[in-house]
Amino acid sequence: MEIIMSVAIGFLFMAAVYLMLSKSLIRIIIGTGLLSHGAHLLLLTMGGLGGNSPPVVSHGVSVSDYADPLPQALILTAIVISFAVTSFFLVLAYRSYQELGTDNMNLLRGTEDYE
Amino acid sequence: MSFVFLIFLPLLAALFVPLLFKKVGKIHTGWFVLIVPVVLFSYYVSLLPTTIHGGNLVSEFQWIPSLDIAFIAYIDGLSLLFTLLITGIGALVVLYSIFYLDKHREQLHNFYVYLLMFMTAMLGIVQSDHLITLYLFWELTSISSFLLIGYWYTRDRSRFGALKSMMITVFGGLMMLGGFVLLSIMGGTYSIRELIPQATELVSHDFFLWALVLVLFGAFTKSAQFPFYIWLPDAMEAPTPVSAYLHSATMVKAGLYLVARLTPIFAISGTWMWLVTGVGLFTMFWGSFFALKQKDLKGILAFSTVSQLGLIMSLLGASAAGYHIDNIAETTFKYAGFAAIFHLINHAVFKGSLFMIAGIVDHETGTRDIRKLGGLMSLMPISFTVAVIGAFSMAGLPPFGGFLSKEMFLTAMLSLTEFDLFSMDVWGILFPVVAWLGSVFTFIYSFYFVFHTFAGEHKPDELPKPAHEAPIGMLVSPVFLALLVVVIFFIPNLIGDWLVKPAVLAMQPFLYDSPEEIKIHVEAWHGFKLEFFMTLGIFAIGFLMFWTLRKWQKSYDLFPDAISLNALYDNMMFLSDTGANRFSRIYMTGFIRSYLVYMFSFVVFIVLGTLFLTDAFVIDFTNLAPIGFYEVVILIALVGSTFTILFSKSRLTGIIALGAVGYSIALFFVIFRAPDLALTQLVIETISVALFLLAFYHLPQISRKEERMRFRFGNALVAIGVGVTVTLVALSSLSQKAMPSISEFYKETVYKEAGGGNIVNVILVDYRGFDTLFEIAVLGIAGIGIITMIKLRLTKKEDQHENK
Repeated sequence: MEIIMSVAIGFLFMAAVYLMLSKSLIRIIIGTGLLSHGAHLLLLTMGGLGGNSPPVVSHGVSVSDYADPLPQALILTAIVISFAVTSFFLVLAYRSYQELGTDNMNLLRGTEDYE
Repeated sequence: MSFVFLIFLPLLAALFVPLLFKKVGKIHTGWFVLIVPVVLFSYYVSLLPTTIHGGNLVSEFQWIPSLDIAFIAYIDGLSLLFTLLITGIGALVVLYSIFYLDKHREQLHNFYVYLLMFMTAMLGIVQSDHLITLYLFWELTSISSFLLIGYWYTRDRSRFGALKSMMITVFGGLMMLGGFVLLSIMGGTYSIRELIPQATELVSHDFFLWALVLVLFGAFTKSAQFPFYIWLPDAMEAPTPVSAYLHSATMVKAGLYLVARLTPIFAISGTWMWLVTGVGLFTMFWGSFFALKQKDLKGILAFSTVSQLGLIMSLLGASAAGYHIDNIAETTFKYAGFAAIFHLINHAVFKGSLFMIAGIVDHETGTRDIRKLGGLMSLMPISFTVAVIGAFSMAGLPPFGGFLSKEMFLTAMLSLTEFDLFSMDVWGILFPVVAWLGSVFTFIYSFYFVFHTFAGEHKPDELPKPAHEAPIGMLVSPVFLALLVVVIFFIPNLIGDWLVKPAVLAMQPFLYDSPEEIKIHVEAWHGFKLEFFMTLGIFAIGFLMFWTLRKWQKSYDLFPDAISLNALYDNMMFLSDTGANRFSRIYMTGFIRSYLVYMFSFVVFIVLGTLFLTDAFVIDFTNLAPIGFYEVVILIALVGSTFTILFSKSRLTGIIALGAVGYSIALFFVIFRAPDLALTQLVIETISVALFLLAFYHLPQISRKEERMRFRFGNALVAIGVGVTVTLVALSSLSQKAMPSISEFYKETVYKEAGGGNIVNVILVDYRGFDTLFEIAVLGIAGIGIITMIKLRLTKKEDQHENK
C-alpha cells in the first residue's frame, strides 16, 4: 500500500507544481492547495501506514498496535496552517485583481524602472 | 594604571559632542574637544622615561575571552612615538580647525565626532598587540576617514573621494586580515610580541610568503603606495584640518607603522626587503614626478605625501638589511632604520604645517588653484615664512630638520649597493639613482609650491576674495610646527635619543638590547662624502629645472588620462556596478514562474543528488500495509479529480475537483486510523471550498490560450521531476529508519505523564505545546493580513491627480 501511496503523492506533487508554474493566479492557488494535500499524505506515509487501532488509549490494545501518532500531530498543525495560507492567498488574489484588473502573472512584474 | 582604557577616551568624549554643540552654541565645540588630545598627550609624555631606556608597558582588557580576543595596549618606543604624534598633531589640528570651520555654518557635531572616533582608532592601531583588535581599529580608521572625506556630503567630489578611499583601503584591510589569520595559524597566537621570537621558524612555513604579501597589501593601500596611491589625491576633498591630520601626519602612516612593527617577523625574507624597498622607492619617484603636474595646492601636497611615504617605506625596507649583516653597529646599514623613523617625525611636522598653510591660503583667498595665486608674500608674510620653512625642510635644505633625514636617506640607499644578498649587488645601483631622481623632483615641487603661491605676480582679479593674512588663532598651529622644524635641526640627537632610538629598538629587537647600543650620532656636516655631492647635485639640478619649469611643465599633458590608474579604478567601479546589474537582470526576470522554476529545479537537483551520492535510495518491500479495496477506490477518485483540475477550463470545475481531492484525503485519514485528522480535514475542506467559491465569483475565468507550448512543456518537465523526486524520497524514507521514532515514547507515557487518552491531542497540547502556540500565531498573522488587504486602498484618487 505504501508504494502505491508514494506514487500517488508524487502525482499530487507533480500536478501541484505544474499548476503553480502557470500564469493564472487561480491555478497557482489551486496548486498550493494540492501541494499541501500531497505534503500531508507524504507525512502520513513516511511514518508507515501500519497500526490496527487509532492512537487513542484503550484497554486491551498493545502499544505496538496503535497507528503512529506523531505524523498525525504534525499533519493536524499543517492542515490548519495551510488553511490560513490558502485563505490569505485567496484574498490577495481577489484584492490584486480588483486593484490591478488582471490575474495574469506575466503582467504583475513590478515597474520597469525599478533599480 | 590600566592605560588601555585611554584608547577609548576620545570615543567616550565623542558622545558628548552633539550635546555640547546643540546646548552650548556660543562656544566653538572645538574648544571642548581640544581638551581630549591635550590630556592624552600630557599623559603619554609621562611614559617617555620608561621607553627611553628600552622599557615597555602592557595593559590588558579582556574582550571576548572565549575567542581569545583582548584589547592589549603595548607601549614601547615605536608605539609611544606614534601615540605622541597622534595626540600632539591632533591637538594642533583641533586648535587650527576651531578657526578654520565656522561654528555657525558648519556641522561641527558631525566633524568632531568623526575626528574623535578617528583618534581612538588610530591610538588602537599603534598600541594593539593583538592582531585582531589591530585589524578592528584599522578598519575603524578607514570608516572615519570615509566619513571625514565625505564631510561636505553635498559635493559630488567629496562623496566620490570618500568612496574611493574606502574601497581601496578596505580592500587592503581585508587582505591584511587574511595575512593576520595566516600568521596566527603559523604561530599559534594573535599576539605580535609572542610571534616575534618565533620569526626564525615562521620563515620556513608554507604560509609565510602568503602572509607577507597579504599584510603588505594592507600596509601599501593604507600608506598610499604605488599603485594604490590614487585614493589619496581624491581624499583632498576633506576639510583641510582633516587632510593635515589624517592624510599626511597620522592615518597614512599606519601602513608604515605596520611595516615597522612587523619587520622583526618578516625581515628575514628577501622578498620583504625587495618588495618594501622597491615599491617604496618607486612610489617616491612617481609621487614626486607627478606632483609637478598638479594645479591644486592640496593636490601638490597629496602627491608629495605619497612620495614622502614611499621614501620612508623604502627606508623601512632597507632596514631589513640589518638582519643579514654581522656587526651592524660598525656598518652604514644601521642608518636605514634610524633614518626611517627620523624622517617620519620630520615629515609629520613639516607636512602638517604645509597643509595648514594650504588651508589658510584657501580660506583667505577663496581658491587653491596655483595658476590664480601668486604674489601673496607681502600680503601674508607669516604664512609665507611658515611655508618656506616647511617646504625647504621637505626639499632637504639646511638648516631644517628635513636636511638631516634626507642625508641619511641617501646614505642608506648608497649602502644598499654594497649589500651582497638577494642579488642586491647587481641591481642595487638602481636604488641610489632612483632615490636621487626622486629627490630632485622633491626639490622642484617644494619650490613650486612656495614660490608659485607667494612669489611672482599678484593677480587680485582672479581671486574670489581679496587676500589678507589669516587670523592669529589659525596661525598658531602652523607657526608652532614650523618652529619645531627648525628646532629639530639643532637638537637632532636629543630627538634621536628620546624618540627615534627606542622606536628603532622595537623594529630591530634582535640586533640591540637597549637604545644606548644604537651608535648613531646625527651631524649636519660629515665631510666631503658621496652623499654630500649628491645633495649638491640635487640643489643645482633642482634649481635649474625649477627655473625652467614653465617651459617643460606642459609636457605632463602628454600623458594620456585614458590609461592612467584612475581610469582603471573608474572602469573597474563602472564595470562591477553595471556588470553586476546586468548579470542579475539575466535571472531576475520578474516573472514568478522563473523563480519557481529555479527553486523546484534546485530541489530536484539537490535532493536527487544527495540520494545518489549517499546511496540512500533503498526500497524495502517487507512490513508494508496490505492493499485494500476501499483504498484503491479512493485513490482512483483522488487521481481522477486531480486530472480534472489539470484539464478543466472552468473555474467552478476546478474548485469542485479540488474539494473532491480534499475529501478523498479525509477518507484516507479515516482508513489509516486518524480520526482527528479526518474530522479536521472535513471541516477545513468545507470552509475552503466555500471560501474559494466566494472569492472566485469575483475572479476571471481560467484562460489557457496565452500559454505557449514551449512553456507548458518546460513546466511539465519540472513538475514531473518534482513528482519523481518526492516519490523516491517517500519510498526511501519509508524503507529505512536511521533511529527509533520518538512516537514509542509518546505512546508509552501519554497516560502516565499527561493523563490523556487521545495521543495526538496530548502531543499537540502537552508535549509540543509551542507548535500549537505558533500555529495560532500564524493564523493570527494571516487574519491580520487579510483584514489589512481588504481595508487597503493602494491608489487614492487625489494622489493620482497631484502626480499628473
